[in-house]
Amino acid sequence: MSNNQNGVFITFEETPADVRKNLISLGWPIQEWEEQRKWAFVDVSPQPGDETIIAGDYDLGALLARIENAIRKVNAQRVTMDTVSAIFSQFSDKRIIRRELHRIASGLKQLGMTALMTAERLEEYGDIARYGVEEFVADNVIILRNVLEEEKRRRTIEILKFRGTSHKKGEFPFTISPSEGIVIIPLSAIELKQKSSDLRISSGNPDMDEMCGGGFFRDSIILVSGATGTGKTLMTTEFTAGGVNAGERCLLFSYEESRDQLFRNATGWGIDYETMEREGKLRVICTYPEVASLEDHLIDIKAQIEAFQPNRVAIDSLSALERISTFKSYREFVLGITSFIKDRETAGLFTSTTPALLGGTSITEAHISTITDSIIILRYVEIFGEMRRGLTVLKMRGSGHDKGIREFVIDGHGMHIGKQFRNIAGILSGNIIHVAGLDDDRIGGLFKDE
Amino acid sequence: MADQYVLKLYITGKTPRTETAVTTLRKICEEELQNQYQLVVIDILEHPQLAEDEKILATPTLIKVLPQPLRRIIGDLSNREKVLLGLDLRPTPAEGK
Repeated sequence: MSNNQNGVFITFEETPADVRKNLISLGWPIQEWEEQRKWAFVDVSPQPGDETIIAGDYDLGALLARIENAIRKVNAQRVTMDTVSAIFSQFSDKRIIRRELHRIASGLKQLGMTALMTAERLEEYGDIARYGVEEFVADNVIILRNVLEEEKRRRTIEILKFRGTSHKKGEFPFTISPSEGIVIIPLSAIELKQKSSDLRISSGNPDMDEMCGGGFFRDSIILVSGATGTGKTLMTTEFTAGGVNAGERCLLFSYEESRDQLFRNATGWGIDYETMEREGKLRVICTYPEVASLEDHLIDIKAQIEAFQPNRVAIDSLSALERISTFKSYREFVLGITSFIKDRETAGLFTSTTPALLGGTSITEAHISTITDSIIILRYVEIFGEMRRGLTVLKMRGSGHDKGIREFVIDGHGMHIGKQFRNIAGILSGNIIHVAGLDDDRIGGLFKDE
Repeated sequence: MADQYVLKLYITGKTPRTETAVTTLRKICEEELQNQYQLVVIDILEHPQLAEDEKILATPTLIKVLPQPLRRIIGDLSNREKVLLGLDLRPTPAEGK
């Protein structure tokens, strides 16, 4: 409203004092604007204690005259009517109100105003507006929804009608942040336009670098998938530490472990997170997924990335955020975050927890496997009553890589990748079969050197 | 002295509805209130700020300022019974002199 276009705010529901108070919390100095004659209120809110008797036919000529007066007073270009539907509660005759709303709308059009009218809806997916008239007087219709979907609230915005131009169709999620107001997450507006480079960066683990044919690409998204305890957090720790050691800035979002836990883990693998953070090379952000909605998390992640300007971003784990969302919004979130990171030509490493201990995939993989550049799978391998760990590089875009499923161990210095599993099939699916029979001598040769 | 009536009638320009309201009101006042009233007719098109101050929405609107309580009567006043009710002129038997 302050873009050098003065405005008139017609309030049908709240009193101007309430509106002023609410808007100040969003950082708009309404009172100041009123004094500078940039903003005017037309108060149509119900007056308590007023007794009104209807005796005969009437129109809303007074309201129109008041609006015109306010427009002249501040030389306005924009008019907001919030909420038009509320006027129906003040007057019982809907026929008259409909006629008068049409008159006001056409009056505003004649004055060359850009008018925003809000109307309430009874159901999220029912009639567009309560009295079935509000939408017909408008040129453009935008629907805001606050849908309850699987016990989660989710705000969406949809452009239903926009005369004289094309627009994106369907619902888009949005959130309201205290600093920025409404933040919309336009998904189909995301384009695959990021550049690609063949610069390699270290994964933080020499064995892993070797498996990937010399390290990850600088602007790639890497997905690490595995069951709980397979070493995903370790991979993110090594990835961030590797970045810091190479002089890069790293940002780590943790949604599963607390700061202290993460730092203790890192120390356990010989990595000094505390010093790294003190030197400003690393920032660790730990939050519970439940503290905010997914849309808010996305805004927060973007803001943190903008603020810290990292070369590497790690999210541990992406699938933890799955808990707080619905299938649809999670997919939108994953797409939004990956494209945002890719767009900045930053390396991103996400982890995803698979629900089953052996084999299996998670929703995260289904969503982002096609937009990630590399996928690393960590698995438990059950061999004769013993749980061992195995990993494989499933996909590595634009590079040759080791195709074997290799065993790895974790000790006080981190991850050590060993030899390929032999004579075993079905590790990825979780149905492990010993291919070459169960002769004792064959078992002995299970990890025979090549 | 009996109740002194202070009435304000808000109208928008000269429309049939306005005319009806003004004539009806004058007639009611003459018949029921004789000289104990004060009537102001305000054209909102000329004085929009007055409408803003009184938060008038619909026209014609008749406001009974005095005697208390303040009351708004909306419409062209063609429903005479309701107008009288609104002005506290009916159906209280002790009304008038």
